[in-house]
Amino acid sequence: MSRLEVLKEFWNFLKERKKWWLAPIVIVLLLLGALIAVTETSALAPFIYTLF
Amino acid sequence: MKILGISCFYHDSAACLLEDGRVVAMAQEERFSRRKHDPDFPRRAIDYCLREGHVSAPELDAVGFYDKPFVKFERILQTTIAAWPKGLFSFLRAMPVWIKEKIWMSHLIRKELGFAGALYYGEHHLSHAASAFYASGFEDAAVLTADGVGEWATTSLAQGTGKGLRILAEIHFPHSLGLFYSAFTYFLGFKVNSGEYKVMGLAPYGEPRFKDLILRELIDLREDGSFKLNLSYFPFTYGGVMTGRKFEKLFGLPRRRPESELGQIHFDLAASVQAVIEQAMLGLARRAFDVTRSDRLCLAGGVALNCVANGKILREGPFRDVFIQPAAGDAGGAYGVAAFIAHALFGKARTGRWDHAFYGPSHEREDIRRVLEVSDAVYDEYNDERLVDETARRLADGKVVGWMRGRMEVGPRALGHRSILADPRDAGMKDRVNMKIKFRESFRPFAPVTVRERCGEFFDLDRESPFMMLVASVRGAEPIIPSVTHVDGTARVQTVAKEIDPVYHRLVERFGRLSGVPVLINTSFNVRGEPMVCTPEDAWRCFMRTRMDSLVIGNFLLDKDKQNRKEETPEAWLSRVPAD
Repeated sequence: MSRLEVLKEFWNFLKERKKWWLAPIVIVLLLLGALIAVTETSALAPFIYTLF
Repeated sequence: MKILGISCFYHDSAACLLEDGRVVAMAQEERFSRRKHDPDFPRRAIDYCLREGHVSAPELDAVGFYDKPFVKFERILQTTIAAWPKGLFSFLRAMPVWIKEKIWMSHLIRKELGFAGALYYGEHHLSHAASAFYASGFEDAAVLTADGVGEWATTSLAQGTGKGLRILAEIHFPHSLGLFYSAFTYFLGFKVNSGEYKVMGLAPYGEPRFKDLILRELIDLREDGSFKLNLSYFPFTYGGVMTGRKFEKLFGLPRRRPESELGQIHFDLAASVQAVIEQAMLGLARRAFDVTRSDRLCLAGGVALNCVANGKILREGPFRDVFIQPAAGDAGGAYGVAAFIAHALFGKARTGRWDHAFYGPSHEREDIRRVLEVSDAVYDEYNDERLVDETARRLADGKVVGWMRGRMEVGPRALGHRSILADPRDAGMKDRVNMKIKFRESFRPFAPVTVRERCGEFFDLDRESPFMMLVASVRGAEPIIPSVTHVDGTARVQTVAKEIDPVYHRLVERFGRLSGVPVLINTSFNVRGEPMVCTPEDAWRCFMRTRMDSLVIGNFLLDKDKQNRKEETPEAWLSRVPAD
């Protein structure tokens, strides 16, 4: 249920910041994410500030 | 009204519980997980806060998160597209954790806490600003924040008035003082977002001979405090590294390999970047004064941990008073977002200035005794008066004492509840504590603690510094406290007040009576690469694995030479602790 809440928040975010062009990118990423999520997570190594 | 603030997923995750705007509990996850700068969701810190507040998650009135994940995600996407195709690799490496965790923040919070109530998201720099303003007790103040990057903002200027707080101006990514300083940290062979204070400590050994070059080539610093980085020198926008070939060519040397020898050119580079950051912060402070016309300043964000720059703002800036949030880094954002919700959104009355930062866990007598018994420790138990006498005597005899009493500090500085204490009059003490107990680089200075009422006798400081956030000159041509006097004749001072911390105050005072100098070395109770100790078990382990002479936990006193049990050697233990 709370995952739906996140999608709703994302919709509101797009509306508020008028960044509609982000929508297709994020949708594709989320679909890809379903595949990627099973792999190990990793942030960039400590040689870079955690920008991401 | 009970509000839980959370910060996590970048560095120093933390949780904070407020009741009617007042801090009930606050702690960093690293202290529980024993992983320095732990960025993970702060489950243990949250558990502790709820336990301390005798509240269950469903009973909370609100939960606040310290930044806005979608806006941050937008910045990452836009930056990747702008740098295309260069940033692709970094982007692909970052995406799994974003898609799996970071973007689902509301879901994660609800699932982890079992919380169905109101969730709020504060902007990263608003959370920083709130962490300083609401803790300052000022009725009206300019608020300056600077760090690596939040969502888009890297620097912000805000004004706080009463319960309200408003951002007035921002500088956006990739132009960032935090990233600029981190680039030099990286170039000098230290760990980014951890070794910055080493650069600050190195600076007094050098001459700022590269300052003009840096100002000409790397950063356009303007009179009004704004700045712009020359991005051709900083490849961090598309990930991978902080500096590249062009940077090396500019200074005529390759990046220093971590742990390799430091030369004069490294000292000079540190001095130069430090001089630039001081100029930048002073410019921003002057701008903050011009815009707000307030004579009080609050500082937060990672750059506000640069206490040398803070001292300069205090001495040369236009402000009558300056407050620096003791947890100026991201951990403080947990308090900031919760405080903003309490005061600005729900109109709860302000709760005055933080006069201490002891919001972490403490341990009961019986719990401590149990740990000592299980550990087969040899110990004595004293009342406060005798404990102070025994400890002061050991310190005056040149012993190094681990001191753990009361609630743990928040923020990176040990403020006398999780500290290692020693005699600062002995010039060799610095090397002894650095090399034999903390196992860290010999160039790193130690900070002093003194009693508030006698601070002016030893330091050129006209105000209290309870959070060790100000650097001041040590008085006297021949320093009588060489172990805490840095090479440039300065020290990062902590003052302790009798009414806030009576036993710690009495200890410093009693040492003063024995030695003539009411000043002690106060360094964090940990070894290099490890977070500050949290529990009696942590303190015992650290004590037994280092060459510390004595240990105080609560009212128990232990001497190393009386212990039967031998732990593993410091060297064996250290080989498993990651370098910081």
